[in-house]
Amino acid sequence: MGRVVVDVMPKPEILDPQGKAIAGALPRLGFKNFINVRQGKRFELEVDGDVTEAVIAEVRDAAIKLLSNPVIEDVVSVRNATVEEATNV
Amino acid sequence: MSDAPRVGVVTFPGSLDDVDAQRAVRLSDATPVRLWHADDDLQNVDAVILPGGFSYGDYLRCGAIARFTTIMDAVVDAAKGGLPVLGICNGFQVLCEAHLLPGALVRNDHQQFICRDQKLRIENAETAWTRQFSQGEEIIIPLKNGEGGYIADEATLDRLEAEQRVVFRYLDGNPNGSRRDIAGIANEAGNVVGLMPHPEHAVEMGYGPDTAGGTRTGIDGQRIFTSALQALVGV
Repeated sequence: MGRVVVDVMPKPEILDPQGKAIAGALPRLGFKNFINVRQGKRFELEVDGDVTEAVIAEVRDAAIKLLSNPVIEDVVSVRNATVEEATNV
Repeated sequence: MSDAPRVGVVTFPGSLDDVDAQRAVRLSDATPVRLWHADDDLQNVDAVILPGGFSYGDYLRCGAIARFTTIMDAVVDAAKGGLPVLGICNGFQVLCEAHLLPGALVRNDHQQFICRDQKLRIENAETAWTRQFSQGEEIIIPLKNGEGGYIADEATLDRLEAEQRVVFRYLDGNPNGSRRDIAGIANEAGNVVGLMPHPEHAVEMGYGPDTAGGTRTGIDGQRIFTSALQALVGV
């Protein structure tokens, strides 16, 4: 079994209210060093077999078509999971 | 009334205002036709409404999963052929995800769900869904959303303005951070319209917004529905 990890982030120019809310909460907990927070999404897609170049290409296609909305989000990475990530259920 | 116009209202899992939309259709002397998300046939309806709610629990992104249902394949085809299509709130989000309308709806800038009666200006009274209003007319209908901030890049916004495709604009305060106070837009042909506020909640005396004329007397939403029918019955 293989696993592909996809990271999607709001485009830099898009206001990210969730990130802003988190940024506002951090100092209240004593975390004072962070000047900005942005929140994105991580997807893990499993395949029955190895993660081949063809699988990565298919995931990349799905990431553009469904997992992200290119108007407001960027697919920042599509990659084979590390051994540690792949065994972490 | 067998020759009354038939208006389809799509129900997705998680749709909330589909019955209200059917009722608004009925009150405008048309026949509501229930369309199920897994149908692939529009049953020869004369127009389609995508109602408000939380299709598929708003999972992934609002409207993102509803957009890939079989009924939406039929709606997209018919819309490109000129069928009047109205998307209300979650329906607007579905239309954007389906690329029938440009841009996207994102979480309100103030991070709060908002529910209030909202004043709007009719910026284009020539679309399929606004032709019974006058240009520049001000109306009040309910607004209720958590992810109603309309955004698009500057070039798209400029094009929408230049082509008179901004159909509704917020007045007396922008409730959600929408770019250029945009509350609703149309496609190039004007048959597809999406808006965040809810006209179906302002169609009957006793249930709508308060107006100067009295408590819950607002029925400004009614003409959205009758506008589409006016064209269908050839008035």
